[in-house]
Amino acid sequence: MTTVRPPIFDFDDAFFWEGAKKHKLLIQRCGDCDTLRHPPTPMCATCGSTNNQAVESSGNGSILTWIISQHPTEPDAQPRIVILVQLDEGTRIVSNLVDVEPTHEQNLNDKRVVVCFIDYDGTVLPQFRLATVQP
Amino acid sequence: MSGARAVIAGIGHTEFSQNSGRSTLQLAAEASRDAIRDAGFSPTEVDGTVTFSMDTNDELALIRTIGVPMLRFCARTRGGGGGASATVQLAAAAVESGQADAVLVYRAFNERSAHRFGQPVQANPDPAWNWASPFSLNTPAKVYSLTFQRYMYEFGLTNEDFGRYSVVARDWASTNPNAQFYERPITLQDHQDSRWIVEPILRKLDCCLESDGGVALLITSAERAVDHGADAVPILASSAIQLEGGHEMFAYYHEDLCEYPEGRVLGEKLYRQADITAEDIDIAMIYENFSPIVFLQLEAFGFCGRGEASDFIKDGHIGRGGSLPVNTNGGLLGEGYIHGMNNIVEGVRQLRGTSANQISGAEHVLVSAGRSGIILGR
Repeated sequence: MTTVRPPIFDFDDAFFWEGAKKHKLLIQRCGDCDTLRHPPTPMCATCGSTNNQAVESSGNGSILTWIISQHPTEPDAQPRIVILVQLDEGTRIVSNLVDVEPTHEQNLNDKRVVVCFIDYDGTVLPQFRLATVQP
Repeated sequence: MSGARAVIAGIGHTEFSQNSGRSTLQLAAEASRDAIRDAGFSPTEVDGTVTFSMDTNDELALIRTIGVPMLRFCARTRGGGGGASATVQLAAAAVESGQADAVLVYRAFNERSAHRFGQPVQANPDPAWNWASPFSLNTPAKVYSLTFQRYMYEFGLTNEDFGRYSVVARDWASTNPNAQFYERPITLQDHQDSRWIVEPILRKLDCCLESDGGVALLITSAERAVDHGADAVPILASSAIQLEGGHEMFAYYHEDLCEYPEGRVLGEKLYRQADITAEDIDIAMIYENFSPIVFLQLEAFGFCGRGEASDFIKDGHIGRGGSLPVNTNGGLLGEGYIHGMNNIVEGVRQLRGTSANQISGAEHVLVSAGRSGIILGR
C-alpha cells in the first residue's frame, strides 16, 4: 500500500488539486496572454495579469528523468518510480510512473507517457503510465 | 561611500562532530568569540551580523552571550546552503557601503544530533514541496537525484564516476585533523561497498556528513584589519545568483537539466569582478551536499567543458598535485557539513598559508555554494 503525503492546498494551487479530484490534469494559463505555467503562481510573469485560468492538458508527455524512491532506513511501503514529465503543452510536472516494475535495470528516459488518476486514501494524484506507442 | 575594501579578518569554528553535547547558541558563541579574537578585535567593536535565514540563533541572544553592546546592521541570506557564500557578500556590502565597520558572520546547528536535513520532510516546508512530497520526493537525496539521473544518462556515467570524487574528498580529509574523516582515507571499492541511498545514483559515501558545529567569520575593511594586526584575506569578488524559474532544491524547470545555470552566471560575474579567468583560480572550494553537484559546478565555472567533469576528476586534476585542488579540507563529505561555511574557513587558511593541506603559492581561491560565491585572493 502506497502512503501519500497529501498536498497542502493554498490560494495559488487549489485549482490543480480540485481538478485532479475530477480526473483532470490542469495547467495554469494566463487569461490575458495565454502563457502556460507550472508550478502555479498568482500572477503571469509575462504580462503581469492576475486573470489566472487553467486549461486541461492532453496528458501526453515524455519522461525527462526518473528515480526509484525507496528510503534506505525507512523504506517506502512500496518503492515508487518518480518521474519528471515534459508535457506536450510545454510545461513540466513531477509525478510517478505506475504499472511498471520499480527496477533500475531499464531505460525510462524519453519514454512516452500518458496521465491517469489514482486515489491514495482520499488524495487523488495525477500519475502516468507508459504510452502504448513509443517512438 | 567609504571606499573601503572588505576583507575576512578572522575565522573561528568549533569541532565538527556527530554530537556536540551543547546548545546551538553555545556553538555560535564559541565560533564567534574565536573569529573576533582571531581578527584582533574586541566584541565591543562588532556592529553588524549576518547569518542564514534558517539559523535558529537569534541575533539578540548571540550578542548578549558574547558581549556585543550594539548592532547597526543585521542581515540574513535566503535559502539553504546555496546561500553560504552570500553571507560574505552581505557582510562585504555592509562594510564597503559604510553601514557597518565589523560584521560577524555566523552559522551554527546540531544538524546530526538534533534536526537532520537528510531525513524525510514531515511537513511541506514551503508550497514548492506540494510538487514533490506527494510523489515521494521527500528527502534531499531523492530531490537532487532526479536531476543527477539525467546528467548520468546524458553523459553515460555510473555511480563509480561519482565515487572518484568521494575518494578525493576523503583523501584530503585524511590529513586534516579537523575532519571527521581524519586518518580515514577510503578506496573506490569502499565507496562501491557503501549502501545505496538512491540506487543507482547515490551511495552513502556520496553524501555530505550531517554534522554538529559552528563557524564564524569577522569581516571588516582592509584598513581596520591592518590596524588590528589581523592576517586578513581580501574579498576580490562576491555574488549570489537567483534565476527566474529556479528553486533552491527543485532544479527541474530550466531548459537544460544537465547544467547548473545559476553557477554558470555566478562564475561569469565573479571572474569579471575579480578581473581574472577560470585559469587563474588555484583552488576551488565547492559546496557539495552530494558528490555529483561537484561535477555540475566544475563545468559551470568553466574548469572543464560540458560533460567533462568525470574525466577531469579521473585525470587527477582535483586531488593532491592536481592542477585545481578541490575541497582541500575534505569538503562537506570529508570534513563536515556546516552548511558550507567551513569551506570558507579553508579558503582563508589556504591564502594565509595555514591549511593542513597547504597548496604552495595559492593566490586565488573560489569558494562556491553553487548559487552564491566569492573569490578570495592575495
